[in-house]
Amino acid sequence: MHIPDGFIDGRTAAVTGALSAAGLGLALRRIKRELPARRVPLLGLAAAFLFAAQMVNFPVLGGTSGHLVGGVLVASLLGPSAAVVVVTAVLIVQCFLFNDGGVMALGANIFNMGIVDGVGGYMIYRLVSAALPGARGRVTAVAFAGWCATVLAAISCAGQLAWSGTISWSAAFPAMAGVHMFIGVGEGLISAFVYAAIQRTRPELIPENNLPAQPRRRGEMIGYGLLAALGIAVFVAPFACSWPDGLEAVAAKLGFEHRAADPIWPAPAANYHVPGVHWAVGATALAGALGSFVVCGLAWLLGRFLVREQKSKLPPA
Amino acid sequence: MENLLGHHHSHSDSPVHRLPAIVKLGVALLVIIVTVLLSIEEKSWFIAVGILLVLAACLSRIPILFLLKRLLLLAPFVLGVALINAFEPSTRGTWVGVAVKSTLCLFTVILVSNTTPFSKILRVLKMVRVPALLITTIALMHRYIFVLADEAVRMNRARASRTFVRGRRFQWRTVATVVGQLFVRASERAERIYDAMCARGWK
Repeated sequence: MHIPDGFIDGRTAAVTGALSAAGLGLALRRIKRELPARRVPLLGLAAAFLFAAQMVNFPVLGGTSGHLVGGVLVASLLGPSAAVVVVTAVLIVQCFLFNDGGVMALGANIFNMGIVDGVGGYMIYRLVSAALPGARGRVTAVAFAGWCATVLAAISCAGQLAWSGTISWSAAFPAMAGVHMFIGVGEGLISAFVYAAIQRTRPELIPENNLPAQPRRRGEMIGYGLLAALGIAVFVAPFACSWPDGLEAVAAKLGFEHRAADPIWPAPAANYHVPGVHWAVGATALAGALGSFVVCGLAWLLGRFLVREQKSKLPPA
Repeated sequence: MENLLGHHHSHSDSPVHRLPAIVKLGVALLVIIVTVLLSIEEKSWFIAVGILLVLAACLSRIPILFLLKRLLLLAPFVLGVALINAFEPSTRGTWVGVAVKSTLCLFTVILVSNTTPFSKILRVLKMVRVPALLITTIALMHRYIFVLADEAVRMNRARASRTFVRGRRFQWRTVATVVGQLFVRASERAERIYDAMCARGWK
């Protein structure tokens, strides 16, 4: 999902850069105020861990393999602000040292993978783990949040590409969201397995086990929530409701661009566009909605499976 | 990924390597911004950038094959987007422009990162007032990437030589344990690093 240079135009780069800078500033301020000095080196080490963990391959069907992306895992282990800083550090090193992801696209990449994936995933994680208490609920929450965050980040990425005019939304959205619905299953699974492994071996590293009553982070969450919502509103909302690019194609085809001021958009879009493409957008959205229920159920089963085994190994009291 | 970590030419010596880092980064940033913003019709700019890059590549004495290999790493994303675009006639025209632009930008960054040691890039970032906490994080990350990557490879090899797996499910659990253990070790190392930093007067 690393967008290279040249794939997004100046306008998108400026907007995503501003949103990411705001998010990063918020995260750095939070950390300066709240993180004890003892934990500062952990940010750098967590970034190096994320990078190294991405090199460990998990076998998938038929000789292929996948690896962890890890925004949600880091957010659930260190908190959302630390996750934004850690993912930003990883992206900057990947950009300047390994040339993965563009320089102008850095803002877009930080927005998708740090703010949408990390913080958005963390919100889902907190919501689900509030509904299902205990270690089992947290594993479920990590699995579900890993899936949701991957799909959300892919949708945001598709929105940015479409907003730049690189690909049309009606092609980008089904492709990106569809592929990442499968990738997200792997991401959720791996995150949950790793989280359960840490819970099993070193439970004191998981923040919820140290502080029985986690302080409410309402102000922080509202700040990030606004940023993420703003980004989604800018990049995704225009396509989700009025299909402007499909419409522009229709307008050009029929030769009435000069009448663009007229309210022409409700009627002809569906008739003059390739029907299959629009169908694909709707179908992808529907599949995503259904899929999130299925994945939520699967995540719950996974939580039961992973944590029950751990409990049965304990000696009887 | 392993060969990515291994070969890097940023510590060789050539006229391009000897240029100050801030000049190289500034020029690269300028080239990238103008390349992205300019419409593809302005052919003279793109040809000029291409010539400049080839000249710099020759002067830097980095093997051309190495540069081409790095360039190919971009291919998956470009091909993926090309594939999506193939279904959509309305945007096919913009496609060539995107491919040219992204290749030029990528080549610029590859040249800069292979002629400039990362510590010098960090110094430039510090000079342009990037927040200190972020710089510390990036510097520590850069210092320990190679240590932890090495540790991950070692642990995974140890895991592979000891677990004779029946099914995929069990394999996933052991691989996940390796990753979890990697996090545990990273956080223990962070504690030790903090003590060492304090002992040397960090506040």
